[in-house]
Amino acid sequence: MGDSNIRSDSVNVEHVMQQIRARIREKRGVDYTEQQIRDLAAEAFERFLDPQGARPGLLEPFRQGRVPAGENYSFEDTTLVDSHRAPLRWIRRVLRPILKLFLNPNPLIHALHLQSGVNARNTESARLTYELLYHLVLETTRLTVELRALEMRAESAAARLDFAERRARAAEGRAEQPSEHAQPVSQTRPRGGQAKPATIQAAQGQARAAPVPAAQGQAGSAGQPQAGRDGDQAGSDARRRKRRRRGRRGGTVHPAGETVPGGADNSTEVGADAAPPGDQGRSPETAGGHDEPTGREAESPPPTGREDQ
Amino acid sequence: MKLAIVVQRYGTAIAGGAELHARHVTEHLSKYAEVEVLTTCAQDYVTWRNELPRGLETVNGVPVRRFPVRRPRSVERFGRWSTRVFRETHSLADELAWLDAEGPTSPALVDHIRANRAAYDFFLFWSFRYYQAYHGAKAAADRAVLVPTAEREPAIGVSLFKPLLSGARGVVYLTPEERDLVNAASGNARVPSIVAGSGSEVPSRVEPERFRQKFGIRGPFAIYVGRIDANKGCDELFAFFDRYVKSGQGPLELVLCGNSILPIPDDPRVKHLGFVSEQDKFDAIAASDLLVMPSYYESLSIVALEAWAIGTPVVANARCDVLKGQCLRSNAGLFYENADEFVEALSWFTRRPDEARALGANGRAYFRRHYAWPVVEKRYVDLLDHLTREAGGPLAAPLPGWRERRKATLPPAEYVLEQLPRGPSRRP
Repeated sequence: MGDSNIRSDSVNVEHVMQQIRARIREKRGVDYTEQQIRDLAAEAFERFLDPQGARPGLLEPFRQGRVPAGENYSFEDTTLVDSHRAPLRWIRRVLRPILKLFLNPNPLIHALHLQSGVNARNTESARLTYELLYHLVLETTRLTVELRALEMRAESAAARLDFAERRARAAEGRAEQPSEHAQPVSQTRPRGGQAKPATIQAAQGQARAAPVPAAQGQAGSAGQPQAGRDGDQAGSDARRRKRRRRGRRGGTVHPAGETVPGGADNSTEVGADAAPPGDQGRSPETAGGHDEPTGREAESPPPTGREDQ
Repeated sequence: MKLAIVVQRYGTAIAGGAELHARHVTEHLSKYAEVEVLTTCAQDYVTWRNELPRGLETVNGVPVRRFPVRRPRSVERFGRWSTRVFRETHSLADELAWLDAEGPTSPALVDHIRANRAAYDFFLFWSFRYYQAYHGAKAAADRAVLVPTAEREPAIGVSLFKPLLSGARGVVYLTPEERDLVNAASGNARVPSIVAGSGSEVPSRVEPERFRQKFGIRGPFAIYVGRIDANKGCDELFAFFDRYVKSGQGPLELVLCGNSILPIPDDPRVKHLGFVSEQDKFDAIAASDLLVMPSYYESLSIVALEAWAIGTPVVANARCDVLKGQCLRSNAGLFYENADEFVEALSWFTRRPDEARALGANGRAYFRRHYAWPVVEKRYVDLLDHLTREAGGPLAAPLPGWRERRKATLPPAEYVLEQLPRGPSRRP
């Protein structure tokens, strides 16, 4: 190990371990410790077992995360006369023939020896089953938790993707807008989806810039001086905008191009202005679809409204 | 000052943790006092068979007096008594029988202590759980200093040891965790004590490149040093390392130094070098990126201290209170509780090499501050000086009468152990 570039007192192992654990949580997407996973698993386990009916001590080892030790005895031919104390053991062995005068312990010894073997096998089998079950429940719980976390991450990613798509569409529209301004009005024809956002964006920008006069124009209010071609053009634009916005508000388009109101009224300008940004992103498709014949013209600013102002 | 070191086995060929610690301390204390070792003729800790010659001999300049063991240990008898004492409500007589079954039963050694009590200023008894420590400390209670080397195991819950630990003149602990455990088990907080730890004979010069060339290891690697055994947590280490490899989070290999009683995984990233020389061991630790300590039960972990002495950081099993406490106090090791943490900890070392080096530097400083031999020696000498100046402390209470000893009223040792506090020590 060479000399360090970092001051040794600037490293704190507790802090490093916290960072490591945070990194693990980030990767897992969940904030559960091993103990918490075990607790959750214990809850899941209790659903399978009725604690009222089960042995009281059965769940406790599981909660503590350890396999219960099996209980058994060993029974050999010397067990009956065995003792921790050597003299007593010796005396019993010496007196064993006398015991055999009264009864024959051999069948008993044989039966208990066999039973001990059976117990040992059963215990081992139970331990394996228990261990398997324990790990299965633990792993299932861990997977459930991870699955939930992954679902949440997938939802979050989908929302982010959706938002990014909308932003991308809006950005594309903005990028196309200046070049299309340069084209003559007569040449502007709808070109599918790409033209649509720009059209609506222009309309929205216009609505924001001058909502009230446009509304007045739509309503065809008298008393507003409109002169010659400009006035006709302004009226035509306002009508187009009105149709388009009605369409955007959910109205259906008549085959002839006339809009059947679907809840929209003459206050659409204000409504458009007040629409939330998310709606703005979504509206071009609806609006453009309804407005195809006149969409390109709408890009040019309404001279009437501005002149009126 | 004349000291007697009383330990169950002693010799250069004996590599057991407590025995090795006793030998190192003995050799270092011989600079400050006249030291004699009182031990048995046993070499094998399972049977305690008399294998070494009785009488006086010299080991590394220290006189060693060996006494025979009366009978070898019967594993079956010891197992039977252990079940009785650890798992059932039992009597004091049962505990004495358990201690007798555990061994090494050497009445000659205890008789020597009793007869020559006045010839020594202090007796330092190693490993509280063995026959020679219990009976020897009772024979010379006013001069008995215990080095319990206690771990979190059922023996600490045996009632017999309560008066022993609280009646000694002084106690020397290896770690703060051991001190807390013994304090809680025996209520001996008022007995003069020190946390001395243990030094280590680390070579002044290590050659990591020599190790890499000798064993053909090029890339970064984690090292494990010690017996490769399930009891040392190695099976878990293999499973966790397999997960690390599969996670693709880093290029570390795992190098294993030590004899194995477990099958080694068939993985090209796991290299088993077998038993290596001391120099190779230190070179290997120096060449490694980190040392792994997967053991659940450690009373000190000399290997971790050696790694820190060289400046190699450690990744330890957090379920071992001692190892976790050492990592926290040294600020030189990470600790894991599960496979995820193990994988992330290993990948942290490859992601943050500078910070990993800083951990190594912390380890080096920690070792120098607490575990360099002069520091450890001074702690022992200070304690013995303090005990010399101070009047004799409490004597161990005598055993109750014959009938009282046979009343089965003592709780199972495992139950007592469960009640003792866990976790790394909050006190230094």
